[in-house]
Amino acid sequence: MNASSPEPNPRRLADLAAGTIVSDRDTTIDLAALARGTTLGGGAPLLAGRSVLISVASQPPAVAAAVELDGLAHRFVLAPPDLAADHMRAVIADAGIDFIVSDHPQLFAGFGCGVVPLTLPVADASPVRRDFDTQWTLLTSGTSGRPKLAAHTLAALTGAIPQRPDRGARAVWATFYDIRRYGGLQIMLRAIIGGTALALTSPGESLRDHLHRLGALGVTAMSGTPSHWRRVLMTPDRGDFAPAYIRLSGEIADQMILDALHAAFPQAKIGHAYASTEAGVAFAVDDGRQGFPAFLLERATNGVEMRIADGALQIRSPRAASFYVAPDAPPLAGPDGFIDTGDLVERRGDRYAFVGRRGGIVNVGGLKVNPEEVEAIINQHPLVRMALVRGRRNPVTGALVVADVVLHDGVTADDALSREIMDMCLNALAPHKAPAIVRFVPDLPLTPAGKLSRDPAQTSKKPPDA
Amino acid sequence: MNVRDIIFQEIAGVAAQQKKKIGPFDENSPLLGIGLDSLCFAILVARLEERFDVDPFESAELNSLPTTVGDLVEMYERVVA
Repeated sequence: MNASSPEPNPRRLADLAAGTIVSDRDTTIDLAALARGTTLGGGAPLLAGRSVLISVASQPPAVAAAVELDGLAHRFVLAPPDLAADHMRAVIADAGIDFIVSDHPQLFAGFGCGVVPLTLPVADASPVRRDFDTQWTLLTSGTSGRPKLAAHTLAALTGAIPQRPDRGARAVWATFYDIRRYGGLQIMLRAIIGGTALALTSPGESLRDHLHRLGALGVTAMSGTPSHWRRVLMTPDRGDFAPAYIRLSGEIADQMILDALHAAFPQAKIGHAYASTEAGVAFAVDDGRQGFPAFLLERATNGVEMRIADGALQIRSPRAASFYVAPDAPPLAGPDGFIDTGDLVERRGDRYAFVGRRGGIVNVGGLKVNPEEVEAIINQHPLVRMALVRGRRNPVTGALVVADVVLHDGVTADDALSREIMDMCLNALAPHKAPAIVRFVPDLPLTPAGKLSRDPAQTSKKPPDA
Repeated sequence: MNVRDIIFQEIAGVAAQQKKKIGPFDENSPLLGIGLDSLCFAILVARLEERFDVDPFESAELNSLPTTVGDLVEMYERVVA
């Protein structure tokens, strides 16, 4: 750590966590108790300098485990709640995991790692030495196949957080994101650094009950995707929920959602931010307009440089992840340090607008779908010759998956066949990946190279100009 | 079939395909309270666009989203010729 940098963000999260009470519907943890306590039984000393996977059912214990492990472990991986068992094994192998911290330790017998049970409430314990610059490791919100692991430093993760956020104001932060993903982790760190309370989601809780709970806690600031916020607008019974600051990220924030939120929460400041697990937080826009100002591409802002290559946004940033964790992982950035985000942008006047993703990746309410994965399922149908899966703009989830299908010669298209194809996908894939609409077409456009054309300008409706 | 009946039919259709149990509902039911999650609701809107060939959500004046089944019916009744 550079001693000359003015008031750097702290080296160890545990030194700072005393001001934060973290809660979901069922569990409340006062992080101050961790200064002389632990959730890890006598297990903490075992984890010094080791690679650790944190796999717990709900979010508050995940926060506690991250605070305890920062500075203690060589590396920890935050396993998101929906991580499938075979992907769990791949993560354990790629990250060289020595120990698993879990509140359901019996699930990890036979994984070939040590298991340290996590238990609540926080129990008294002697302080541990925190001698390591821990690699905070997150799964990227990838599309299919083996998850990618992005290793960050705490300094990079906290780089976009003001030195004294929320000082003097009584803030209570909440997020619709899970803190085990990049977007949620930003809010967790912001709450801890700002010394404010943090209210998290609980699986199975209705949105109405969730919003009432947040209202009762006096939540002042909340982040989520445009899709999360559209659901809020469609839930009229919101109790006392009235945040002063609303933040959108993770999907394209179009003018409609910005205006609708302004109408529903006229007192709130509304901002949208651009971030990715790999590139970190790039920028935040607070002027209430969709897209981002073109000048952000002309000069570095807060150390973040952006450029456009082949229509896609590229970012070089001190807040970026350090590297992908895996023995044979590809480099995270290009040779000059720029990370290709794959997000396509287009200049409109003095702004840039996001218009989709390269490779046809579809973002359904923040969950990414690789069209090739869905096409592979549809192409298994004996009557199908070929299929093109693409995104279609949707006012609820931002986009939906739809399929254009070419049948073999002589086959008659009907509703029953389209339902059959949809059911086939629903049986093989997560629900957001199955096409909502199957349309039969005589032919599909190909590129000059003979590949299916995935040009977003041709295949999806564009958002209206700002 | 009128707009209301088509919307009620499509709600049942989406629920069946997505294997969601929905209870009885009417115009006063909150859209997100009848047992459809937001993905189901997104699919419903896409299917209605196919049926009616119009997307009332695109309308520029719109600055609030429907909250009840009745709101949704009205929204389509306004734009379906």
